[in-house]
Amino acid sequence: MAERIEGRGRLDRSRTLRFTFDGREFTGHPGDTLASALLAADELAVARSSARGRPRGVLAAGAEEPNALVQVEHPFPDPMQLATTLELFDGLVARGLAGRGRLADVPDPARYDTRHAHADVVVVGAGPAGLVAALTAARAGARVVLVDENPEPGGFLLGTDDVLDDRPALEWVAAARAELATHEDVLHLQRTTAVGSYDDGLVLALEKRTDHLGAAAPRNLARQRVWRVRARHVVTATGAYERPVVFRDNDRPGVLLASSARTYLHRYGVLAGRDVVVFTCDDAAYAAALDLAAAGAAVRVLDARPAAPAAWASRCTAAGVPVRAAVVVTGTLGTDRVEGVRVADITGGAVGTGGELACDLLLVSGGWNPAVQLFSQSGGALRYDTELGGFVPAAPLPTVHVAGAARGELGLGQALRDGERSAVDVLTALGLPAPASSLPRPPRGPERSPGLLLWRVPQDGDGTEEFVDLQRDATVADVRRAVGAGLRSVEHVKRYTTIGTAHDQGRTSGVITSGLVAELLGRTVADLGVTKYRPPTVPVAFAAFAGRNRGDLYDPVRRTAVHAWHVEHGAVFEDVGMWKRPRYYPRRRPDGTTEDMDTAVLRECAAVRTGVGILDGSTLGGISVHGPDAGEFLDLMYTNVMSSLKVGSVRYGVMCGVDGTVLDDGTVLRRGEEEFLVSTTTGAAAKVLDWMEEWLQTEWPHLHVHLTSVTDQWAVFPVVGPLSRAVVGEFAPGVDVANDAFPFMTWRATEVDDVPVLLSRVSFSGELAYEVMVDSRYAAAVWERLVAIGAPHGITPYGTETMHVLRAEKGYPIIGQDTDGTVTPHDLGLGWAVSRKKVDFVGKRSFSRPANLDPARRQLVGLLPLEAGVLVPEGSQLVAAAEIPPPPVPMLGFVTSSYRSAALGRTFALALVAGGRARIGEQAYAVVDGRTVAVEITSSVLVDPEGARRDG
Amino acid sequence: MQLIECPWCGPREEAEFSYGGQAHVPYPADPSALSDEEWAHYVFFRDNTAGVWAERWMHATACRRWFNAVRDTRTHAFLATYRPGDPSPDLTAAGTGAGRG
Repeated sequence: MAERIEGRGRLDRSRTLRFTFDGREFTGHPGDTLASALLAADELAVARSSARGRPRGVLAAGAEEPNALVQVEHPFPDPMQLATTLELFDGLVARGLAGRGRLADVPDPARYDTRHAHADVVVVGAGPAGLVAALTAARAGARVVLVDENPEPGGFLLGTDDVLDDRPALEWVAAARAELATHEDVLHLQRTTAVGSYDDGLVLALEKRTDHLGAAAPRNLARQRVWRVRARHVVTATGAYERPVVFRDNDRPGVLLASSARTYLHRYGVLAGRDVVVFTCDDAAYAAALDLAAAGAAVRVLDARPAAPAAWASRCTAAGVPVRAAVVVTGTLGTDRVEGVRVADITGGAVGTGGELACDLLLVSGGWNPAVQLFSQSGGALRYDTELGGFVPAAPLPTVHVAGAARGELGLGQALRDGERSAVDVLTALGLPAPASSLPRPPRGPERSPGLLLWRVPQDGDGTEEFVDLQRDATVADVRRAVGAGLRSVEHVKRYTTIGTAHDQGRTSGVITSGLVAELLGRTVADLGVTKYRPPTVPVAFAAFAGRNRGDLYDPVRRTAVHAWHVEHGAVFEDVGMWKRPRYYPRRRPDGTTEDMDTAVLRECAAVRTGVGILDGSTLGGISVHGPDAGEFLDLMYTNVMSSLKVGSVRYGVMCGVDGTVLDDGTVLRRGEEEFLVSTTTGAAAKVLDWMEEWLQTEWPHLHVHLTSVTDQWAVFPVVGPLSRAVVGEFAPGVDVANDAFPFMTWRATEVDDVPVLLSRVSFSGELAYEVMVDSRYAAAVWERLVAIGAPHGITPYGTETMHVLRAEKGYPIIGQDTDGTVTPHDLGLGWAVSRKKVDFVGKRSFSRPANLDPARRQLVGLLPLEAGVLVPEGSQLVAAAEIPPPPVPMLGFVTSSYRSAALGRTFALALVAGGRARIGEQAYAVVDGRTVAVEITSSVLVDPEGARRDG
Repeated sequence: MQLIECPWCGPREEAEFSYGGQAHVPYPADPSALSDEEWAHYVFFRDNTAGVWAERWMHATACRRWFNAVRDTRTHAFLATYRPGDPSPDLTAAGTGAGRG
């Protein structure tokens, strides 16, 4: 049985932590993981397999663990944590999973954030190689970031009792850590996993700052932090993962990787079994066997190689550990935990007869898989090392270096030397002199002898009990089926079998799969390769990537200077770009009910056409175009002439792409000889500024023009309707608002209580209208003044919905609603705004292309549904006949805008219709919910076609 | 996330930039003199080079200046960036079709 033993482990045994697992109470100590605490309590089966429900135990001691997925329930629901990396805390409540966890259904109260770091070199991994690399670089004065996934540095040394300079190696680790802390330019982060390595030295790392504190985590600290480290060089010293061997019932709880059992002993003070069989193809398991024996276990070593390594064998003999060579484990015995193993002789790859051995723990070692994930993500090519039986970097990358076991340099001495070498490589590239070497002296141990590459113990049977990817329940039978189905690439086998697609990304199973496929196909592993590694290397919660960009900070919101008034007056808002715009202002009736949108909009429309309304148009884009060549520039950008505009006047303009389609429209107001104020559609402000800048910088840099966004600086309030003259006249007594003195498409500057105000006679409704423009800082006061002055005239605030109805009644298009990327000014009936005199402007040449002259082009027209009250949905298709013929049905066009009109007393629509203007007066049919609705095609101008209303 | 060398600001992260397509496709001096086909080539046709080519970028979230870059489309590696009006670095030895202009 597994149990805690005295005298070992990096635990604080003076403190006891209580936790609940699968509904039962346990204890552990600070320094434990959930896995080590459960193992200490002899809880071997901690999860169930996802597809077949087989009991599963802890196989490993780190991120490579395929089985031990748990759901944390308290203090906050957190799905799919690994018991082997989950640091124990008091009050933890968790349960074992069968593959899939449950997301929290309550908001996560924890904070997450992001920080940036810049460095000469980022070292990933604080094992011996990484520590030496970081120390060497730091001593040379380089800016260093060192990240490591464990709570403390040391890497695999934490799981051994190795010595350096004849003292415990962890003393050297402690000294290295202390020295790093003295270097100002070193950022050393533990509990921080590098999850991705990207272009140009960008490494993303996830720091778990308070996870290990449980409910005691301070609220002011971010629970997790994403570090974005940008470094000139990256050193990955990420070690290697021990891999198992596949045999029958290899998934039974009580099967552990040999080096992981050693880690549980030295780091956690847990002896994982009393009666231990070690099945190995590699030398590393001998150290585990000897350490467990020294801790009191009865241990036998079965080495699959023809001869056991002599030096290790003699050490075992001295320790009373029997060693048998040329023996394999062919299967395990027991139910929900290992009670024994089947063993057999193996000669020349042929498995002979054998017997059974009783045991309570089976340690397995099939060799090592260097952790090349980050190097591979960086674009580094991998090479199969036939001796190691694993993939290592094929050739160095200029700025991504690999050190130690991660490139197959197994052994403590090799790791130290290779860590130093990697740092010297980096320093040389940085042009920094390398400091004198001062590596600690590793112990003299047996020379490493070659391992045996044994992916699977050869045996009869269908392979359905021989597990390759334990988390995916994928077996040798699945691999055979994939190859039998004709798959020849390991990438395809991965997708067919799902091997390597779980949280552990095939750390223990990937290379084995390549090996099995190679055997089945009679090819070499080198030839097949291994599946591509992709970030993140460990699961990362979306909350961590989101950081603080959630809730109100998820997406910026823009509010006008009058927003508070709109809220106070019950406006219903709609999102236009990032802006919150009042859509309509429903009135509360005396009986307590509130108007619906249709009612409110009809009331607002009627008020504007018969009295006076006011709109907050501050969201319209504003661009100041200034400089001596501003007029010439605008002549090139707009279809009509702007340079001839007089100071004091306003002109409507259309802007096209080089293909002649409409990009945007708006007014251009000439403020001075060298200054124009351009207005754009609310949603197109940034696009239009970009478009102008592009032409100015890349084609016409000789023009002396500056472009400045002034959207936020100007508040714009159209005061609209036959009574607007009275309101604006009272508001701005210094301006003669009579039509003769202040005609349509002109503007006047004035001051109201010393505040400069600009009044402009433009109209987006066809009604008499004055746009009141003022510095945003005075916007609220000016708005309230206008509303107060307008009150006796019944001034009605209106929103975007009413604005849309009023403009549609006049056939004014909204670019982006009544147009798509195919519509020209002529299609919209805006040919009058296209200059024939100008030599050129953007889009002009396209207007004479045959396709642009085609009379069958879609043109903007009006539609009047002939059935009373029917509102044809926007986007409805138009066809020629009431009876829809069999497909394909010729389409005449489609509805772009559709509203109820107070002025017309009926519904109406705008549509793009093929050859539409020639069809005015004809009947067409809109397809609505599978039936046809007859509509009359009309001019796009349905209200006041003679334009009699704009001057009041 | 690559670093792109803005000719004005220095190396900055790719997310700060917006892409502007093929470089050195100048606006014709006199569009009215072009045939429909020649004009269509200007408006609609661009190279699709696998290899070294010149393209336009704009440093959208910082200086908002346009510039040109030579990039290997096979590796994404930026070989050079330069200001508008500056000549395209002679990379003909390195590869193919870097723009028309």
